[in-house]
Amino acid sequence: MKARYLVPVAILAALLVFLGIGLSRDPREIPSPLIGKPAPSFTLPGLNGQPPQMTEQNLHGRPLLVNFFASWCQGCQVEHPLLLQLSQQGVEIVGMDYKDTDADGAAWLARHGNPYRAVIADAKGSAGLDWGVYGVPETYVLDASGTIVFKQIGPVTEEVWRDKIAPLLGVRR
Amino acid sequence: MIPELGHYALILALGVAMLQVILPIYGWRSRDAAALAAGPTAALTQGALVALAYFCLTWSFVHNDFSVLYVASNSHSELPLMYRITAVWGAHEGSILLWLLMLSGWSCAVVLAGRRLPADILGLVSAVLGLIGVGFLLFLLITSNPFARLVPAAAEGRDLNPLLQDPGMAIHPPMLYMGYVGFSVAFAFSIAALLTGRLDSAWMRWTRPWTTLAWTFLTMGITLGSWWAYNELGWGGWWFWDPVENASFMPWLVGTALIHSLAVTEKRGLLKSWTVLLAILAFALSLLGTFLVRSGVLVSVHAFASDPARGIFILAFLAIMVGGALGLYAWRGPKLVAEGELPFWSREFLLLLNNIFLVVAAAAVLAGTLSPIIAESFNYKMSVGPPFFGTVFPMFVVPLLALVAFASVISWKRGRWDEAARRMRIPAFNAVLALALPWLLEHRGTIVACAGATLAVWVIGATLVEPIRRIRAKAGIPRAIAGMTLAHLGLGVWALGVAFVSSFSVERDVRLAKGASASLGGYEFTLNDVQRESGPNYDGDRGSVSVRRNGASIAELAPEKRLYHSQGQVQTESAVDHNLRRDLYVSLGEAVGDQGEWTLRLYYKPMMRMVWLGGVLMFLGGLLAATDRRYRLAAARHPAPADALTA
Repeated sequence: MKARYLVPVAILAALLVFLGIGLSRDPREIPSPLIGKPAPSFTLPGLNGQPPQMTEQNLHGRPLLVNFFASWCQGCQVEHPLLLQLSQQGVEIVGMDYKDTDADGAAWLARHGNPYRAVIADAKGSAGLDWGVYGVPETYVLDASGTIVFKQIGPVTEEVWRDKIAPLLGVRR
Repeated sequence: MIPELGHYALILALGVAMLQVILPIYGWRSRDAAALAAGPTAALTQGALVALAYFCLTWSFVHNDFSVLYVASNSHSELPLMYRITAVWGAHEGSILLWLLMLSGWSCAVVLAGRRLPADILGLVSAVLGLIGVGFLLFLLITSNPFARLVPAAAEGRDLNPLLQDPGMAIHPPMLYMGYVGFSVAFAFSIAALLTGRLDSAWMRWTRPWTTLAWTFLTMGITLGSWWAYNELGWGGWWFWDPVENASFMPWLVGTALIHSLAVTEKRGLLKSWTVLLAILAFALSLLGTFLVRSGVLVSVHAFASDPARGIFILAFLAIMVGGALGLYAWRGPKLVAEGELPFWSREFLLLLNNIFLVVAAAAVLAGTLSPIIAESFNYKMSVGPPFFGTVFPMFVVPLLALVAFASVISWKRGRWDEAARRMRIPAFNAVLALALPWLLEHRGTIVACAGATLAVWVIGATLVEPIRRIRAKAGIPRAIAGMTLAHLGLGVWALGVAFVSSFSVERDVRLAKGASASLGGYEFTLNDVQRESGPNYDGDRGSVSVRRNGASIAELAPEKRLYHSQGQVQTESAVDHNLRRDLYVSLGEAVGDQGEWTLRLYYKPMMRMVWLGGVLMFLGGLLAATDRRYRLAAARHPAPADALTA
């Protein structure tokens, strides 16, 4: 047996190890550079002008979730029942209606239910840009000082809530 | 009843596949001819059972049997019949069943065509194919049973993913799988060669056409996939360096290297262990492709449903099959000795260079595709995208294009410089002229376009030298030569298309009211109207766009935006007017404002068709080469004439 004939099988073994490790990770977890930083500032109206103006200051003082959604977004319908349930349990969720018209956003909430304590109209997506939104839905967890402590890309699932978000909010289930 | 029959057929097939592995190996060890002959018989039986299972699943789709979970998840009573049939491979379980169907199809074909092969080779080949079958049957039955019942039955199905409701997608997966799975034949022959230690030119004459055929289907599958993405994804791209695409491209690159090294091994008896290694790698990469697509280890635009348990199974299977094969290679490979030497400046030397560039290119694609996974193992996030591949890939393509021109001018054993220079004079002259092509057609030039045009014309011109000589000399053109010529022409045509489309494509996002126009690349696009439409299982908006150039009407395009009822999914159907010179591509965006305005995305893409035409030429070339006379003669067991000039 010559050594060089062993090279392919050695490379394969190394690859298999990495693929095996890769299997145990979730590729959708993308760290946000904003984690540990204060939430970016914005000045935007509420949905349908209710309230006429909201800023990042309104998010300070208690831990909460900021959920970017849109009436045109499919994934948002997937997570919506869970958000409604969390809202009933007393979790504060602030909605960011991302690249949407007020009329469409309000109609969507009327149809599917409104889990949000307040809804901010980010009609042009400018806040989304500052917050580093890849695509809706995305959910940010803010602590009482207004610092981003976690970001979920894609729908919030039961597992994400239980394993990632609930511990950060200090919620016991 | 029918789904249970299918499930039962799969279980029986598993039993038969196990016999297909055990009996021939026992027969080979104990020189028992009857046990050896059981292998091919078992392969045929297994083929019939898998076909029955596949038919049962198709039957459930055609008859809208929503008590079958897989049917309920991927079909709908309003889905047209053609898509109900193709929906069988619309998701995971059915895709694997299709994979298995292809495997048994190839096995049956090999067994039927190979009745005159030496009994030990045929027995071992069916044993290896049987082992692959056992793996995939276990995979289906344990993790992905397509016949699982849904209790109570669904009243209506969730419908096929709208992205897959397209003719291109209907035939793309079967073609791709034909190619993927086809490499299992070369793999099985290689294992048989390693076990028996016999790798002679008769073995080559058996392995070569099968490999070429598999490569041919893979080429067509990739081409169709690219065409589908272009039409359906709605952003005008034709190749994204997406992990799922790379998964099919890596076996293609290694498969291309393999069909060329097989030529060297057949004609000159050289590179034997290298050829065997390539055959193992081509199949290993096919399995890896299946793993990448099915395990969810990578995120991709194709975003197939995935499940870690399935990933672990495929990974284990990959470890056993490929690890076993490479281990066998490390043990027995050194026994496959060359029958001569490899002189510099000969066809075999050129083919060695071809192999090096192709394999390194495949390694680069592999590194780019897997590095996010490897980085993640060290808790580091990265993504590798088009910038990496776009920089690295030309480094291998450019030398390949430059060298392929010599394919038919340099002869085996010892090529002659003066002879080659004389014959390459006209192609070289044309290639220099081709530098002006970008200015001629697009009125401006880029380095990529000029280099691409020159290389493309160089390849096309040089490839035509040999057939022209043969026609002038009134000598016939054997299919092997014709096939090689077509495939190399395809490469040239492809290069021309890639150079132009990547240099001169322009796109524009516009917002148009009805009756308003926008111009792009000298063409004027007018939005006439947007009307509601309704299809069998969707509603949508259909735009009507007129394209004019200098006042003359060029085309009427009807881009659509569809909302599929059952999944609430929006799907863009772009509209394209095309000729060999350029594509004009329009996709319909959203209605904006209350003035009846719409957003539209317009593209001008020069020579887009050349990219796929290149793929089609390679496909046809492969078909011709695989059916060359000497293989048909070999099948009929006549002594094969050795034509020194055939490739």
